[in-house]
Amino acid sequence: MPRDDGIGAAVRRKEDFRFITGRGSYTDDLNRPGQAFAAFLRSPHAHARVDSINVSPAMAVEGVVAVYTGQDLADAGVNGLPCGWQVHSKNGEPMAEPAHPALAQGKVRHVGDAVAVVIAESRTAARAGAEALEVAYTPLPAIPNMKSAKGAVATVHDDVTNNQCYDWELGDEAEIDAALAASAHQVTLSLVNNRLVPNPMEPRVAIGDFDHASGEHTLYTTSQNPHVIRLLMGAFVLGLPEHKLRVVAPDVGGGFGSKIFHYAEEAVVTWAAAKLRRPVKWTSDRSEAFMTDAHGRDHETTVTLGLDADGKFNALKVITDANMGAYLSTFAPCVPTYLYATLLAGQYTTPKIYAGVRAWFTNTVPVDAYRGAGRPEATYVVERIVEEAARQIGVDPAELRKRNFIAPDAFPYPTPVALEYDSGNYAGTLDKAMAAVDYANFKSRQAASKAAGKLRGIGFSAYIEACGIAPSAVVGSLGARAGLYESGAVRVHPTGSVTFYTGTHSHGQGHETTFAQVIAERLGVPIDNVDVVHGDTNKIQFGMGTYGSRSLAVGGSALAKALDKVEAKAKKIAAHLMEASADDVEFKDGQFTVAGTDKSVGFGDVALTAYVPHNFPHDELEPGLEEQAFYDPANFTFPAGCHICEVEIDPDTGRTEIVNFVAADDFGNIVNPMIVEGQVHGGIAQGVGQALLEGCLYDGDGQLMTGSYMDYCMPRADDLPNFKVETQVTPCPHNPLGVKGCGEAGAIAAPAAVMNAVTDALRSAGVSKPIDMPATPSKIWSALNGA
Amino acid sequence: MYNFNYQTASSADDAAAKVSASDEGKLLAGGMTLLPTMKQRLAMPSDLVDLSKAGLSGISVAGNVVSIGAMTTHDTVANSKEVASAIPALAKLASGIGDPAVRNRGTIGGSIANNDPAADYPAAVLGLGATIVTNKRSIAGDDFFTGMFDTALEDGEVITRVDFQVPETASYIKFPNPASRYAIVGVFVAKTAGGVRVAVTGASPCVFRASEMEAALTANFSAGALENSSVSANGLNADIHASAEYRAHLVGVMAKRAVAACS
Repeated sequence: MPRDDGIGAAVRRKEDFRFITGRGSYTDDLNRPGQAFAAFLRSPHAHARVDSINVSPAMAVEGVVAVYTGQDLADAGVNGLPCGWQVHSKNGEPMAEPAHPALAQGKVRHVGDAVAVVIAESRTAARAGAEALEVAYTPLPAIPNMKSAKGAVATVHDDVTNNQCYDWELGDEAEIDAALAASAHQVTLSLVNNRLVPNPMEPRVAIGDFDHASGEHTLYTTSQNPHVIRLLMGAFVLGLPEHKLRVVAPDVGGGFGSKIFHYAEEAVVTWAAAKLRRPVKWTSDRSEAFMTDAHGRDHETTVTLGLDADGKFNALKVITDANMGAYLSTFAPCVPTYLYATLLAGQYTTPKIYAGVRAWFTNTVPVDAYRGAGRPEATYVVERIVEEAARQIGVDPAELRKRNFIAPDAFPYPTPVALEYDSGNYAGTLDKAMAAVDYANFKSRQAASKAAGKLRGIGFSAYIEACGIAPSAVVGSLGARAGLYESGAVRVHPTGSVTFYTGTHSHGQGHETTFAQVIAERLGVPIDNVDVVHGDTNKIQFGMGTYGSRSLAVGGSALAKALDKVEAKAKKIAAHLMEASADDVEFKDGQFTVAGTDKSVGFGDVALTAYVPHNFPHDELEPGLEEQAFYDPANFTFPAGCHICEVEIDPDTGRTEIVNFVAADDFGNIVNPMIVEGQVHGGIAQGVGQALLEGCLYDGDGQLMTGSYMDYCMPRADDLPNFKVETQVTPCPHNPLGVKGCGEAGAIAAPAAVMNAVTDALRSAGVSKPIDMPATPSKIWSALNGA
Repeated sequence: MYNFNYQTASSADDAAAKVSASDEGKLLAGGMTLLPTMKQRLAMPSDLVDLSKAGLSGISVAGNVVSIGAMTTHDTVANSKEVASAIPALAKLASGIGDPAVRNRGTIGGSIANNDPAADYPAAVLGLGATIVTNKRSIAGDDFFTGMFDTALEDGEVITRVDFQVPETASYIKFPNPASRYAIVGVFVAKTAGGVRVAVTGASPCVFRASEMEAALTANFSAGALENSSVSANGLNADIHASAEYRAHLVGVMAKRAVAACS
């Protein structure tokens, strides 16, 4: 009988008790003795020269301890923020990589750019001090969007005269142009992937601390990857060695990618704490979050698909402009290139693909990875153009997809865009989704809606993603300045309870439960006897953190490897106890046995023996039972599936209601189906948010028009239907758990499904020109009324 | 938030006196607009004079008049059996303001004194021809809302209650802003002793009556009667959520739905 707390069980999340009873310990819950508070003065201009900063009025404010400007940091040898990924343009030149000072030096480049920091005895005094600062700005012409960046009426960075970060390509443009020209059908779409503000529930917080006795610096921060922050901030910004820099990311309330990156505030509070010899705490408010957390998406794309007379895809050409914002955030350059163009094959056998991507600097908040990071943008391009092609050539969109799917027996499958898919069964998830949505009866539902004065539409999204990022050798060759393996350490305590130290980081994903289930399954110990520790560089050996749906595929694999080592050593101890050969010892359900005998010893007895080695084979083994493993995967994993959305539009108001949403996902093996379903729900909610509700807008002067929830529309429960979520299991062939990753699928798949449905509904009313996300009531009404 | 002096008032007159005696005093009703504004440092009153102990909350029905104390919360109105029985449209309107937290703090007096262009209550006050009673006088609903965030209230004047005549029938339908859930357009339609009234909120800088629609409905109180009447887009609000033309169109749609919901 399978365990009720092992792999495959819908175990309730162990961490939720403390979260839902208010006992979580988030960074803002931490307060250090003698702590001071930081407030940042932020630019009100999108683009301006900073002519002078008079700090005296701020220093005169009661309670103000210190004021620092960009000049102070420069004088102290503090470097700018590094970029972790270098992309080369098609002419071989490295990308433009302008300086990214932690506090502005000479110029401000977006509304919210930090000009100075005021440190005071209270948060109120710090803010009062920041307001008292006198800054003389000379406003400069703003570059609020990519169109104006291309026009180069001004330069965001003086050393980047055309505002272009890079002009990158993948594939042979002339060859693809020729293939398109020879195609029986050519279908083209222009698409905007709207800029999003991540909006994790917990805003960012950073506390710098310095122990003068040991010389150790500590940064408490809201991070998805504390070791990466330690490396970036320690090695590149502040010049602190790892053994004197501890980074702690305790409970973190969501990230969606925005807490991967190293932010200026982290470096400033760490530096200031050492300078002032007292802890310094900064807590972002929501307004600051809107104008300083790295934004997501912001692509403008033209895509052309060529098909032969039978509807087989011949060639795909994608030209994308990607907005980097004012500075290069930590991983920004790889998002519209290696995490995007490499997924443009989708689930299809398209033999020829070309992607040209130009990245631009603008006077806006930096843009970086946001849930899905490049793969939602790729899926949106592929699935919109495939659906458009189906409609234009008059083939059922499901049928057209099936004609072009990579067959289940074709794996491993090398795509024309650099990846080798490891496994998949795309028709399987399409069929499951079609059955769940009752596709066969859609036409009658559409007719019923029409009779009621509503427009009903249906849309598919057969997505694929590359997760479990990734093989260090591959990402290194693509420009990553880091390796992307993961580590895990399993410490078995003397009485058989277990602590697992993982380099991944949980900020909502439920690792404390999922990893514990794997351990319970493998060692036969109750899940309550297992704790998972993460988020502290002084406790965890090393780690690359959590993003890209990598934690179970990479971190779980490191765990599996460490468990293999634990089991191997435990077998040797058991063999000694049972006076047998280790080769004859079997381990199952927490019991070691010797084949063909009735000898048996429990896991707890073996653990105790390891630590109380009165009768121990010291000549063969060391005491103790603790093993560590690093795992560098052989390939990405490739979760895939099909989401289908059905919408009903009220033509009188333009409002869209999602009346049906089904997801059939293939995540490989599943450890906790309840957590997986929750991840899918959340992802779909964010995808629906992007499609219908969310859109970050700047005006012509570069002012953020959607800087609060009054204007930036987050999805609410009543915007969403009950989802029908199903899974298919095609195990990953190259990692020990056979898992693929599930955290981003919803956000990757949903936008195209929703927008294909909206487009279908509008087409039923004779509107053939597609609209862009977010498909707000106002936009839909305008489209229906030719406005 | 900047520092301020906190005071409590024992009556409307006491509140008015305390505000007058302070530098830049402000009345604090539910605080659902004022407090967020202060938190964002967009307002820095010297004093807040809290009306919560001024004896201004409560609902009473006398004959054909529903009186709602200025400090009565939206939640109280939404869940009042008296209001639900006398003017169900008013209870429904209150139940749709903001979210539960706002409804538990926000008050009718605070809402109409603020006169946010997208607030719900002004549509009810104008649509039902209510009377605003202050510590000094009574003001007809038609005279109360004078412009964006502006009312006929004078310095030293504090709303004590709002008197609503029970209509023959009434309904309020709004099209919420997807982000803020304030009304992009809200239309309150009522058949009152004084005639048909159609009040529109959200669409323009200040709540207004749609006279062409009122005339059409006076002749024939049915949704169909509004087929040929409209409001002009001229002067209507335009923002990232809705153009003036879209708002003008929505006024027609919401008005028809409100009339249909009356029967």
